[in-house]
Amino acid sequence: MINLATTAENTWCAGCGNFAILGAIKSVLQSLAEDGFPLENVVLVSGIGCHAKIVDYINVNSFYSLHGRVVPVAEAIKLSKSNVKVIGFSGDGDSYGEGMEHLIFAAKRNIDITMIIHNNRVYGLTTGQYTPTSPLGFKGRSTPFGTKEMPINPLEVMLASGATFLARGTSHGLELLKNIFKEAILHKGFSLVDVLQVCVTFDNLYEYYDKRVYELKDHNPSDEAAAAGKIREWNYNNDAKIPLGVMYKREAETFDGRFVTKAKITDRDPNIREYLKGQI
Amino acid sequence: MAEVSILIGGKAGFGIDKSGAIISFIMNSLGYSVYTYRDYPSIIRGGHTFSIIRAATERISSHRNAVDYILALNQDTVTLHKERVKENSVIVYDVDSVKCDGVCPVKNAVGISVGSILKEESAPEIMRNTCVIGAFSKVAGIEWSIVESVLKKEISKDIEINIKVARRGYDEVRALTAIKPVKGRPLPLITGSEAMGLGFLKAGLDTYIAYPMTPASPLLHFLASEAENYSIKVIHPESEIAVMLMALGFSYCGESVAVGTSGGGFCLMTEGLSLSGMAELPVVIVLGSRPGPSTGLPTYTSQTELNFALSAGQGEFTRFVAAPTGAEDSYYWAALSLNISKKFRIPSILLTDKTICEGLFNFDIDSIKEIRPEASSVPAFGPGKGRVVKSNSYEHDEYGITTEDPVKTVQMQSHRLQKTNLLTKELEKYEIVKCGGNNKSDTAVLCWGSNRPVCEEVARSLGLKVISPIVLSPFPVDALKAALKGIKKIISVESNATGQLGLLINGYGIKVTTQILKYDGRPFSVDELESIVKGKL
Repeated sequence: MINLATTAENTWCAGCGNFAILGAIKSVLQSLAEDGFPLENVVLVSGIGCHAKIVDYINVNSFYSLHGRVVPVAEAIKLSKSNVKVIGFSGDGDSYGEGMEHLIFAAKRNIDITMIIHNNRVYGLTTGQYTPTSPLGFKGRSTPFGTKEMPINPLEVMLASGATFLARGTSHGLELLKNIFKEAILHKGFSLVDVLQVCVTFDNLYEYYDKRVYELKDHNPSDEAAAAGKIREWNYNNDAKIPLGVMYKREAETFDGRFVTKAKITDRDPNIREYLKGQI
Repeated sequence: MAEVSILIGGKAGFGIDKSGAIISFIMNSLGYSVYTYRDYPSIIRGGHTFSIIRAATERISSHRNAVDYILALNQDTVTLHKERVKENSVIVYDVDSVKCDGVCPVKNAVGISVGSILKEESAPEIMRNTCVIGAFSKVAGIEWSIVESVLKKEISKDIEINIKVARRGYDEVRALTAIKPVKGRPLPLITGSEAMGLGFLKAGLDTYIAYPMTPASPLLHFLASEAENYSIKVIHPESEIAVMLMALGFSYCGESVAVGTSGGGFCLMTEGLSLSGMAELPVVIVLGSRPGPSTGLPTYTSQTELNFALSAGQGEFTRFVAAPTGAEDSYYWAALSLNISKKFRIPSILLTDKTICEGLFNFDIDSIKEIRPEASSVPAFGPGKGRVVKSNSYEHDEYGITTEDPVKTVQMQSHRLQKTNLLTKELEKYEIVKCGGNNKSDTAVLCWGSNRPVCEEVARSLGLKVISPIVLSPFPVDALKAALKGIKKIISVESNATGQLGLLINGYGIKVTTQILKYDGRPFSVDELESIVKGKL
């Protein structure tokens, strides 16, 4: 066992869904190491919000970025170091709100990074406002009389944008989370896992989810139409059953794979002189 | 100094820019020093666009209002520029689309029927400029072989028919004047953007990231076209926010990285800029300023972003800001800023504008001090064997773990801010305040950035000293005060409406005697500035 602990004191609320994500990812990192993948070749990136503290709690390379800006940092790290596995952690306010544009472009590029979204459907660190996935009528501190807008279905947006791996888990299903995370990380291309992670303080949905979630069985994730059907089964607003597991998966060429750089040219002077000669 | 100025104008889409470059290279081949000013509106077709090519027997990097030749491809070129002609100026114009008689009082007007030549040669309309260049070359007494060789080099498509059309223009008219070849070693002719790009490449740039925005786009285009030759990555992502954050991701991995934008894009980058300061991730930002506020005049020039460059980003952190004054300077300070960023692990801003980014300058690489890529002050950065590297936008301890501890907070902030002193010391090695002109004069023209060449020429002509701070942060107050020793009168010249450098130095107890401010989006011309400065003496 590798010791992944850091000196940081954990400041999540007791019962916070983030603990499940932390536990699952630590276990996946251990298993990657056991499979022979050196953890020095892993970089974790997080945004700003309760979720983001996760990088303080794992003794692995990390970049604690800005609110909404996990994706561009993660993309750059992958483009710079092709042998590195980049795992981005982001919140629903973080990536579905302020950073949605980056997410869409990362999916469009099919860049080989993994995004794990701590989707608790409420702003925790700013103490209880609605997010892009809060249901219509959600009473938050900025919408005391209820929101007047429908939530987005992030998996639907990602499917339309070209993501090649889409999955959903909950913070009440540790084993499933472990399996999904590992599969997402090993997937070559852009993968996103939407984790229905419960905020016990501002929007305790444990009971709500427990009643509705079910694990996908006999689902073919490479069937795009079937995947779209499963993704649309629950729209983050209605009280439908909520499917969990790998919804969609396909192989495709990656953005980073297309970025083949030649060997470094150490002495650039001849090229510079040659260019200037052509400008006389 | 012998000199000649040529204006070529037409509608956007007429290939005026290319024509300006061709004439510039013709003059360069004749042995002259060349500077070319390009003026174009923010549209793709229509409007009025022109270039002024100034050639001289001494090094110049500015243009004149008055011109010796006008090459008119449309009526506007004569109507809008008639004030520029002198007694002996020559107008070469297309009789099919331009009326010269009664519009412009000039003795020598040479009309050619461009339309009929193109028709006879079955040439497309876009070749009207080649035809006029041919006619001009003959009128100016330039040898055909020079014209032909420049055309062959500059035009990649349909070169044979282009040469035919140019030759028809050449043969259609007779020589009226003589621009004689002069003894001079022709130097490369490049834009300030190319100079900056080459400087970055020289200092080991690994990755350049930008979202298109005038006047910084030419740098993106140049580096993108050269990416394979130097094995660098050039990326154009979804927004300037992505640009800056990607840059920091590359920087985290130990890459040498630069980005480019203008004021509006820089607004979007400022949160990332501040992160660069906090996480000590080196990055160089090219900030090409243009007239604002807001979208302003996108394709024109200004020096409006000095205050912005000095104070952008939340919180307090050390930054390096330099405003190069021309092509060689752009190369040198681009290279140096990459090194300085890496060495001190801070953000650097290269403050420039359209005058530099899009102006064509002679470039003498042998006159520039040698610069070698400098290694990072932190040897093992980014993911790698046997280490864990944690970067953090929060206040953090030396391991990169978030902290809100008051003692640690002060320690870390002091650690970061002491870089200002270290950098100030380091910069003493360099020419951070540039002096020129008449060193004995007690009157100084104070200027910065792209105004330096025009101010220097005016100062020389009027016997004044000229002083320009190149580095603007950390502000070189000692070097500036030393340069101002014995100066009784400071005439400050800036291309903005509030005199931002003047206000800045006022904070250091230096009072500007008189200010010359221009904020119409156009750069000062030598003749214009000379007469204004004369009036202030």
